[in-house]
Amino acid sequence: MSSEEIDRQWTTRLRRKVAGKLPPEKLLPDTQPSYVASWIYVFGVATLAALGVVIGTGCILALRGPQWWHGSSYGHFVNSLHLWSVEVFMFSMVIHLWGKFAMAAWRGGRMLTWMTGVVLFLASVATCFTGYAIQSNFDSQWITTQAKDGINATGAGAYFNVLNFGQMLMWHIVLMPLVLVLITGMHILLVRAKGVVPPFEDDLVPAAKITRVSE
Amino acid sequence: MIALSFFAAILPLNTLGHYIHWHFIYISVANFTVVILMIVTFVAALFLPFPGRRRRKENK
Repeated sequence: MSSEEIDRQWTTRLRRKVAGKLPPEKLLPDTQPSYVASWIYVFGVATLAALGVVIGTGCILALRGPQWWHGSSYGHFVNSLHLWSVEVFMFSMVIHLWGKFAMAAWRGGRMLTWMTGVVLFLASVATCFTGYAIQSNFDSQWITTQAKDGINATGAGAYFNVLNFGQMLMWHIVLMPLVLVLITGMHILLVRAKGVVPPFEDDLVPAAKITRVSE
Repeated sequence: MIALSFFAAILPLNTLGHYIHWHFIYISVANFTVVILMIVTFVAALFLPFPGRRRRKENK
C-alpha cells in the first residue's frame, strides 16, 4: 500500500487529528496551573466519584430486582446507597456549576466544555426523574401521575410515557446512563484538550508564564 | 442495629413531610435544608483556603 493511500485512510486521518488535539502529555498531564488548586474542582471530581458509585449500586439493583431492594435489609442498604450517591452527585455538580458560572468558564474557546456541562446537568435531572418514576412504591405512583399531564402537554408523551413502567425503566437504565457516560467522557476530554479556564486577571498572561503545580 | 435505631429516632422518616409555604413559594423542609446546605458549602468552597496553596506560594 502506498503512503498516499495510507494518508487517505479514515483511521490514519482520525488518529492524526486526535493526536494533534489531545497528545498524551495533555491527556494525562504531570502538572496543572496553580489556580486549579481550588475547592470548586474538588466538587467536580466528587461529582465524578459519585457517578461511579451511582452506576455501581445501580448495577447491583439491576441484578437483584425490586422485590430484593424493597424486601431485604441488604437490598434497602444498596437502594439507600444508590439514592444518597445521587444526592452527593447532584449536590457536588450544582456547586461545581455555580463556581464555573462565576468564573465565566466558557471564556477562551471553552464554549463546548461549558455546554457539555449544561447538557449533563439537564440529562442528570431527567435521569433522576426516571429513577423516581421506577421506585415501584406509592412515591413513584404519586410522582408519575402528577407529572403525566405536564409531560403530555409538551408533546413528548408518545416517547416518554411516565405511566409506562417498562419504558421508564429502559430510559433510566439504558438510554440515560449511556448519554450521561458519553457526555461526561466528552466533558473530561474537552477539559484536558482546552485546559482549565484561567482567573480573570490571568486571562491575558501567556500560558508559558503561568505557575504550574504537580497534579 | 442500635446505631440505626438512634438515627431513626433523630430523623423520623415515617411521618408526613413538613412544608414551608410563603406566598407562591412551597417547598419541603428537606429540600429547603439541602438548598441552604448547598449555598453554605458553595460560600465555604470560595473562601476556605485550599490545603497546600500557601506552601506553594511560599515556594515560588
